[in-house]
Amino acid sequence: MLGKLDWSAIPFDQPIPLVAGAVVLVAILGVLAWVVIKGHLPYLWREWITSVDHKRIGVMYVLLASVMLLRGGSDAIMMRIQQAVAYQSQGYLPPEHYNQIFSAHGTIMIFFVAMPFVIGLMNLIVPLQLGVRDVAFPTLNSVGFWLTATGALLVNISLVVGEFARTGWLAFPPLSELSYSPGVGVDYYAWSLQISGVGTLVAGINLVTTVLKLRTKGMNYLRMPMFCWTTLASNLLIVAAFPILTATLAMLLLDRYLGFHFFTNEAGGNVMMFMNLIWAWGHPEVYILVLPAFGIFSEVVSTFSGKALFGYRSMVLATMAICVISFMVWLHHFFTMGAGPDVNAIFGIASMIIAVPTGVKIYNWLFTMYGGRIRFATPMLWAVGFMVTFIVGGLTGVLLAVPPADFMLHNSMFLVAHFHNVIIGGVLFGAFAGFEYWFPKAFGFRLDERWGKAAFWFTFLGFFITFMPLYVAGMLGMTRRMQHYDVAVWRPWMLVAAVGMAVLTIGVICQIMQLVVSIRDREALRDRTGDPWDGRSLEWATSSPPPVFNFAFNPDVRGEDAYWEMKAHAKQQLLEHEEPEYQDIEMPRNSPTGFVCAFFATIMGFALIWHIWWMVILGGLGAFATFVLFAWRDHDEYVIPADRVARIDRVNLEERRRLVSMAGAI
Amino acid sequence: MSMTATAGHAHADPHHIGVVIEHTGPAPKRIVTAYGFWIFLLSDIVMFSCFFAAYAVLAGQTAGGPKGSEIFDQKNVAIETVCLLLSSFTCGMASIAADVRNRFWFYLGMAVTCALGLIFLTIEFREFADLVARGYGPSRSAFLTAFFSLVGCHGLHVSAGVLWLLTMMAQVFAKGFRADIQRRMMCFALFWHALDIIWVAVFSVVYLLGSAP
Repeated sequence: MLGKLDWSAIPFDQPIPLVAGAVVLVAILGVLAWVVIKGHLPYLWREWITSVDHKRIGVMYVLLASVMLLRGGSDAIMMRIQQAVAYQSQGYLPPEHYNQIFSAHGTIMIFFVAMPFVIGLMNLIVPLQLGVRDVAFPTLNSVGFWLTATGALLVNISLVVGEFARTGWLAFPPLSELSYSPGVGVDYYAWSLQISGVGTLVAGINLVTTVLKLRTKGMNYLRMPMFCWTTLASNLLIVAAFPILTATLAMLLLDRYLGFHFFTNEAGGNVMMFMNLIWAWGHPEVYILVLPAFGIFSEVVSTFSGKALFGYRSMVLATMAICVISFMVWLHHFFTMGAGPDVNAIFGIASMIIAVPTGVKIYNWLFTMYGGRIRFATPMLWAVGFMVTFIVGGLTGVLLAVPPADFMLHNSMFLVAHFHNVIIGGVLFGAFAGFEYWFPKAFGFRLDERWGKAAFWFTFLGFFITFMPLYVAGMLGMTRRMQHYDVAVWRPWMLVAAVGMAVLTIGVICQIMQLVVSIRDREALRDRTGDPWDGRSLEWATSSPPPVFNFAFNPDVRGEDAYWEMKAHAKQQLLEHEEPEYQDIEMPRNSPTGFVCAFFATIMGFALIWHIWWMVILGGLGAFATFVLFAWRDHDEYVIPADRVARIDRVNLEERRRLVSMAGAI
Repeated sequence: MSMTATAGHAHADPHHIGVVIEHTGPAPKRIVTAYGFWIFLLSDIVMFSCFFAAYAVLAGQTAGGPKGSEIFDQKNVAIETVCLLLSSFTCGMASIAADVRNRFWFYLGMAVTCALGLIFLTIEFREFADLVARGYGPSRSAFLTAFFSLVGCHGLHVSAGVLWLLTMMAQVFAKGFRADIQRRMMCFALFWHALDIIWVAVFSVVYLLGSAP
């Protein structure tokens, strides 16, 4: 009746996951109870859960990523403590549990923190920057988000019910095959990624179509803001790479569930095929994450330097070059697995070549700052901190791209330090910069600068104190994923790294404090103009938060830095505004489809993991019924009447006129 | 911020050197939907290409089991191919009927498409069942694993297509040729034709190459 599920699935003998699970459960129940008692449930359902508004979905993505960042961060803290104390002892974590922690940490940080964070920011901002009303497929957008949430939920369920994979974050066979991992850990891993992967693919298709087909009048390709370009590149990569992940995991699941022989040791299966397939997805994935961050830095650096982006066209070219080359380097992830010197040399050179367009970008940001009027607001701090950090990570990356060096350093703490260097210093700093930069746009008030700067400095220093020692430990021969060790020279570096982790934690606390303080002082921090940073692109041309339809009129773009030119134009013409003629606006209707889909997907995923076949059929039927019901609806749009549009837009125009006249007075 | 052409010249001569063609704004819904669905199809083809790659790698790994030339029945595959290619034609007829809003020809075209799809699936299912009965199931060897997965994945797509087809017929029956239903019909047709293209690849890579002794 319940497949493999019984009471032994719940680890009553292990206090750590039980206590953690209990705390999370109490927190969730507490929030739910508060929501229900205060009567917020109908509001949440109407305005958020069933919303198809790209801004709301973007905010929910970022919220999901932030919550999961805390989960993945606690895993990181546990690992750093373990390695600090596990010198000539077993430490405080049993090996079984430690292996689950590092697998979960990697999986969560990449799939449920970095991905939703950048997809959330793209969702929130790209339609605004392109001057359009929504993404190409609004309901599908909601489906994508909720499927991602399903994946995150399944990973968290594994904390208490059953176990998570003990295989590392990419579940290499034959370790992940049934004979070596007979438990449900790998199944949790594979099904949560399959389900959230569908969500990611949907988001990718949506954003590619939005950028290519929905741009407003006059928004030619070479007038798009840089963030739109990197979004396009990143989502093209999603569309091309995520199906590879889907196929690879499907093969692994077929091996595990039906006794197939794709990657087994017996009957002709080929383990190296898994390496090739998974990294053919995995390497582009790195650029899927970092390209949007590059876009954010481009926006931030040019805004806070008060200058147009230096070398815009070379930036576009560099972005697309990275997009293409990222598919030609995957083999550098297994230089040491016997491909031979010719193949290694070719992939080594390709890996080094990808540093060239990245270098072009770094120089362009520096030249943008050169001669500019730089304001060191929090987003700019993250951008400059990124440039410093990312160069270190890039250099160690080029070092690892030299096959002979890689033979010495692969699988060591040096590698761990390298990819944390680029992912934290690139993606996470970018995500934080974007968060600080666009928060006022999403919510209508700025974030507290003092707490923001404190958060930056603690995170920045904490990062270096944590990860520079890991480079050294790697040079000293320490391999990754060690549960305990007996080598005395590694010990001090592990202790320093643990201290660094403590500093990083203070950074996280500052960030939470910033949010709390800013919400408390939101009236004082209110942004009435919609343009708190003196921005250059179209998202600043509407009010903050934007009305549901974003723009009362489709903006007419006449050049790069569309809004900057509009502002300059307005100052010259000294505010000759006449009342425009407003028209009715059609907007997509809210729909519970996404949430219902995710509900059935969760049931189905859980049932598949535990082999509860009747429940799988139930979930599948439910999903199909949702699809048909959704297809049957008669009205998918509603109309916002012209006078309401006018009322909303007049307020915005009034504030803006005041802004321009003040600027004119100066 | 140089402006090579003044805005709003929709009829500017695109052949004149130095003229930038102004983007005229969001595309109509029909274009957007079809474009998005094309991108989905491309991603689906990428997924198939992984199964093709796996088949190419594993085709020789028979682990003492049968080779392709020993289990493939050319006549069956020929009938399957004819069914599927013909169904693409009838699906095209149904699309044209939908465009001119002719219910009779639409239903007829879709019904024949459905019948041909079902014949294809039946033949494929019998081929699979026969192999399993002879002890040549997917867990026999890596070659059979790759074969069942690649061909089965295509079969799964055809099954989903048949379900979608029936839903489309029901929708036209209940709602008529509304604009959104026309868009869905267009997506369905794209999907069905794409399955045909993939079958041509399956036919060549698996059955033709595999039948060589």
